[in-house]
Amino acid sequence: MSTQPRRRRLEVEDNGEVTVVNFIDKKILDEQNIQKIGEDLFSLIDELGRKKLLLNFGNVEYLSSAALGKFITLNKKVQSVSGKLVMCNINADIFEVFEITKLNKLFNIQKDEQTALQAF
Amino acid sequence: MRNAMPDGSVEFVIPSDLNEAKMIQEVIENQLRQSLYEDKEIFGIRLALEEAIVNAIKHGNQMDDGKKVYVRFRVLPERFEVGVTDEGSGFNPDDVPDPLSDENLERPSGRGLLLMRHYMTEVTVHPPGNRLTMSKVRMAAAGRLNGDQAH
Repeated sequence: MSTQPRRRRLEVEDNGEVTVVNFIDKKILDEQNIQKIGEDLFSLIDELGRKKLLLNFGNVEYLSSAALGKFITLNKKVQSVSGKLVMCNINADIFEVFEITKLNKLFNIQKDEQTALQAF
Repeated sequence: MRNAMPDGSVEFVIPSDLNEAKMIQEVIENQLRQSLYEDKEIFGIRLALEEAIVNAIKHGNQMDDGKKVYVRFRVLPERFEVGVTDEGSGFNPDDVPDPLSDENLERPSGRGLLLMRHYMTEVTVHPPGNRLTMSKVRMAAAGRLNGDQAH
């Protein structure tokens, strides 16, 4: 069974109980891209039954408030199934967006993937 | 549609289409790079532009293809200016819930204006609220450019 959502907007792999998600062909999480990416992320919870999600932002160069909204909704979905959402590898420019909006307080953000895996 | 204005600014008139919005952002980003704006400045301007134009299309024009968005901008060595006008009924920025308050922190929307105000030097919403102007003054870069010219 494939673990990857259709059209490969995300690279998804399992590391134990944790589902690690990398953003691949869409490094820009703006209004246009985030709608489809959001659907793929939600399907990991709603359709594939994943509960522990690690979003690796290593490839992400840019995001706007639409992406933040999707991550908030994703976080609620994860919490509704008693799961956990962790983020890592967020570059300085993008981390600033999280700080401005105070969402760095809402989300569990770790420095790198190794540290993030230990946060579950 | 692209119009060159007498003051050196450029105006785009686009339908309420996110693809068109992206095209404008790319044109402006290219001009900023040609004018030697730094990556961090471009990141902030691009984000503010995205928020302003997407707001105009989604909230202002309600995604109505028949309604236009007007984006007028000017890239100067020391500052960037842009105005975004939609054909909606406008909004009162004071009515936007504070996205930083604890009770609103988990709302999925309502952060656009906050981000614009952070990354730009000046943001003004003109009554009735369907026109927004922003500028970013480049203090450090202006000094650097003057220094470059001395060599």
